[in-house]
Amino acid sequence: MYTQSFSVPDDAGKTVQPLKAAEPPELMAKFDERIDADGRIEPQDWMPEAYRKTLVRQISQHAHSEIVGMLPEGNWISRAPSLKRKAILIAKVQDEGGHGLYLYSAAETLGTSRDQMLDALHSGKAKYSSIFNYPTLNWADVGVIGWLVDGAAIMNQIPLCRCSYGPYARAMVRVCKEESFHQRQGYEALLVMMKGTQAQKDMVQDAVNRWWWKCLAMFGPPDADSPNSAQGMRWGIKRISNDDLRQKFVDATVPQAKVLGVTLPDPDLKWNEARGHYDYGQIDWDEFWNTVNGHGPMNKQRLATRVKAHNDGQWVRDAALAHARKQQQRALKEAA
Amino acid sequence: MTTATPATTPALKDWPLWEVFVRSKQGLEHKHCGSLHASDAQHALQMARDVYTRRQEGVSIWVVPSKAITASAPDEKGEFFEPAADKIYRHPTFYDIPEEVGHM
Repeated sequence: MYTQSFSVPDDAGKTVQPLKAAEPPELMAKFDERIDADGRIEPQDWMPEAYRKTLVRQISQHAHSEIVGMLPEGNWISRAPSLKRKAILIAKVQDEGGHGLYLYSAAETLGTSRDQMLDALHSGKAKYSSIFNYPTLNWADVGVIGWLVDGAAIMNQIPLCRCSYGPYARAMVRVCKEESFHQRQGYEALLVMMKGTQAQKDMVQDAVNRWWWKCLAMFGPPDADSPNSAQGMRWGIKRISNDDLRQKFVDATVPQAKVLGVTLPDPDLKWNEARGHYDYGQIDWDEFWNTVNGHGPMNKQRLATRVKAHNDGQWVRDAALAHARKQQQRALKEAA
Repeated sequence: MTTATPATTPALKDWPLWEVFVRSKQGLEHKHCGSLHASDAQHALQMARDVYTRRQEGVSIWVVPSKAITASAPDEKGEFFEPAADKIYRHPTFYDIPEEVGHM
């Protein structure tokens, strides 16, 4: 589901220098030519080191986001209000796990290993989407995550289906197909609540109020403050700028909010006839960066839960290996 | 085998990589759809089912150890595939057929 604009370096504060000068000019020219012709790069093709690094970072951050993204919603599986909603939520959370796997596999084609990526996540070195460092306080949060968080993710991910790196683009095609279910189930769950009691309607509005600004921030810093964006665009990794995607999201969401019967918590939100878009207010970037850098309300808990889940699963991984070895030995014995 | 699995087996180090091919419908070919780590072939099949066919995307799955695949080298693409490029007479459009013959 969820990339925020992943131009965020994993080691905050350390700027990654492009290694341009070190690349063989002939290969570089061929690579640039293919990118300019909107061609695709495949795992075995030559690629500049900086391109590879950028992709490893972006795809693994994206994968981590899918995996950590299972946690806020997974919280509600045992408390879903009906069997139907529970089955839907389980299916959605399972999808997120699958998305993580598609993406880890895509990243592995670039020469990194699953273990390296998991280590980076579990040690807190790697980033994931900051949106999951906020709590899911009531059932409406689950609906709002589907509607707004997944909605924002779809905006982000559709252009990634045309990413210049083949395995990433193909993974995104698969992800986007499944994502539509995520958004629709969330919106529909909210529609049902909005036909309920006043208390239920208030829950929806409360959840929208808490998530709206965080979702706008998911698209990443304004274009003027995203120094890596231009390079991403040049390489065909990024196709649409952060601000343009954010605008598309706002324009698409305002009418949906009207149908739902909720207000979006932004007094500056209004149609701008001249621009043909909705204007919106100031995003609190200090709060965003604070969360990205580890100080959001749920950073510690999310990571701890993730590490615990991984450690608790160790016996399953061991058992699978032991079983595989046993099967192998049995086959050898039978053959003898 | 005498080596016991140590208590701190690193995550997936020993789970090899498998390529997954899915047949979407009887009568169609198996198509590559991705890869995954699994402890053995049976495990890989089950994982592939869970990961790639949650929405009836398949009626049959193949899993192949990734290391068993030999791939042509992208750098030699030119020489490797070149021989076909100058044999345009292999294509039906090379031949002019009078219009009155109709579809052929």
